[in-house]
Amino acid sequence: MSDRAILTGKHFMNGDEACAEGALAAGCRFFAGYPITPQSEIAERMSKRMPEVGGRFIQMEDELSSIAAVLGGSWGGSRSMTATSGPGFSLMMENIGLGMMTETPCVIANIQRGSPSTGLPTAVGQGDMMQAQWGSHGDYGVIAYAPTSPQEMFDFTVKAFNKAEQYMMPVFVMADEKIGHMRERVEIDESKVDIYPRRKPEVDPDEFKPYKPDEDLVPHMASAGEGYRVHVTGLTHNEQGYPQLDVKTQQEKVGRLIDKVEKNKDDIVEIEKIGVEDAEVLIVSYGMAFRTAMGAYKRAREKGIKVGIVRLVTVWPFPEDEIKELSKQVKGIVVPEINLGQMVREVERASAGNAEVKLVPHPGGGLHEPEQILESLEALL
Amino acid sequence: MTTELKQKEDVKPELTAAEHPATKYLREERLPHIWCSGCGLGSAVTSLTNAYEKLGIPVDDIGVVSGIGCAGRAAGYFETDSYHTTHGRAIPFATGLKLSNPKMNVTVFSGDGDLFAIGGNHFIHAARRNVDMTVICVNNYNFGMTGGQFGPTTPRGATATTSPYGNYENPFNLPDLAASAGAIYVARWTTVHARRIQKAMEEALSKKGFSFVEILSPCPTGYGRKNQLGEGIDELKSYQDRAVIKHGSDPNEAEIERDPEAEIVVGKFVDIDRPTYCEVADDYLQGK
Repeated sequence: MSDRAILTGKHFMNGDEACAEGALAAGCRFFAGYPITPQSEIAERMSKRMPEVGGRFIQMEDELSSIAAVLGGSWGGSRSMTATSGPGFSLMMENIGLGMMTETPCVIANIQRGSPSTGLPTAVGQGDMMQAQWGSHGDYGVIAYAPTSPQEMFDFTVKAFNKAEQYMMPVFVMADEKIGHMRERVEIDESKVDIYPRRKPEVDPDEFKPYKPDEDLVPHMASAGEGYRVHVTGLTHNEQGYPQLDVKTQQEKVGRLIDKVEKNKDDIVEIEKIGVEDAEVLIVSYGMAFRTAMGAYKRAREKGIKVGIVRLVTVWPFPEDEIKELSKQVKGIVVPEINLGQMVREVERASAGNAEVKLVPHPGGGLHEPEQILESLEALL
Repeated sequence: MTTELKQKEDVKPELTAAEHPATKYLREERLPHIWCSGCGLGSAVTSLTNAYEKLGIPVDDIGVVSGIGCAGRAAGYFETDSYHTTHGRAIPFATGLKLSNPKMNVTVFSGDGDLFAIGGNHFIHAARRNVDMTVICVNNYNFGMTGGQFGPTTPRGATATTSPYGNYENPFNLPDLAASAGAIYVARWTTVHARRIQKAMEEALSKKGFSFVEILSPCPTGYGRKNQLGEGIDELKSYQDRAVIKHGSDPNEAEIERDPEAEIVVGKFVDIDRPTYCEVADDYLQGK
């Protein structure tokens, strides 16, 4: 195809392919995955492209091993990723927790489909949004992006890799079947791809503590073979990385896993606001549902309804301060989602009774009609 | 120091932990280890450090990966890059580590439950692919860390905390499984065979490809107690009596019976060469 890692130019490609290209552009050189619809085009693209850029692709025996290999790949020194869909995402949960606990940078793309269980393998869904935050056992901060186009599949995968390295943690790209399979123009420009470098140790091995955080609460990472002889464990550990099984260490460690995201929200959280200045009602949406919501927004504005949209670029951490402020301004908020009510709970929590919050649910398998969203908006006025 | 003084000290050597030949490879500040008196894990760790020393593998090129369980705690004692992963996933983690950083000499050190119950699928696939790593399984016939439940290597009829009426499942014969799945080196020894374990580890570590060494270990707190095998030393004595060295024999005939009189076949079953996963891949991907 090309030995260039960053395919500068204008392309016509689907979201899955754009996700793979975004990863390669961001410096991903290790991919481990297992076939699952509707993400398979990511793995297929990686199997073709990874050898071209000197990286390594491996098809593992399941998703349990895929995510484990990705964590190993990251500690081996490569930017690493896997891609999956709901059933595979469920299988990955334990090692996502290991990645959080051991502060391992990596990217997991989840191309969501109708769920639960096998559900609707070839059809759209947004049913894993809460799982992205709460899926693995225990407490930890999460960063998750929700792309709405093939272009954003490229752009947000680059962002995901950079945030994974900056905050040393697994980061999610929470797309869906429609975005994954949609084919649109994707513009790639190498000069616009910024890479956040790995946070290498800044002291000698004798002084290095793999879990001693900087002021931004994030530590530094010594890859295998660099002479730092690190110990990495999923057990609760001290700054040296050694198991220390007591409440104080648990508080320090797990507290920091949350704080490194919470206290850096200004750097992490991204939302897009459209027409909110004079808004009397608000739509909060993300991913594929946002594209339908834009149709409802335009029709509502044509009818003279003062509506605004908050589009979640990062769904996690949830932009609660921004939603709280806007909830004081508007009469009501509608939340269209391709599930039976997930992120709406966060909107309700953040708006704290300031505005009426209404879910516009759609089961997996298809998309809202813009009219459904429009009717919900009108009902709030 | 004068020659005279030095000679005087030489006459009365004082053996301390700091002088132990294994020290170079171990995190001294983490010792003593957590394992029970009479357990074979310490012997297996010593054999591995001795093998590293003998082969002269640079410490910074060694990656030790463990899963969960008693043996899983081994990674925490190696002063190398060391990774204590999740239950059953040491081999896929090690696969990623090796593929991402091929200069690393990767050792997976874990137990029978971790590698062959929850992690069994990964074992056969890594062997099939011939990923270049050495897998050391310390087999104590039960889940020790969680209190002595039966596992995939518990002999038929043996008692465990979840087989109070005797284990009615068939155990895996690990050398046979490894050989069938494609391992290029397969050996079994017991913790009585300290020097032979070390030799096997040296051979396994030196070979390119998926090597497997099974080490039968006493578990006086778990399996041994439930099956009236006595102290750790008694189990070692039993290994000494039961072990029969049969190099090159058919691993299919190396099943382990519960009967305390039955022979246990030990030795080197497989020692072959075939291209590793990365070698074959690079061959196919040349010029791509």
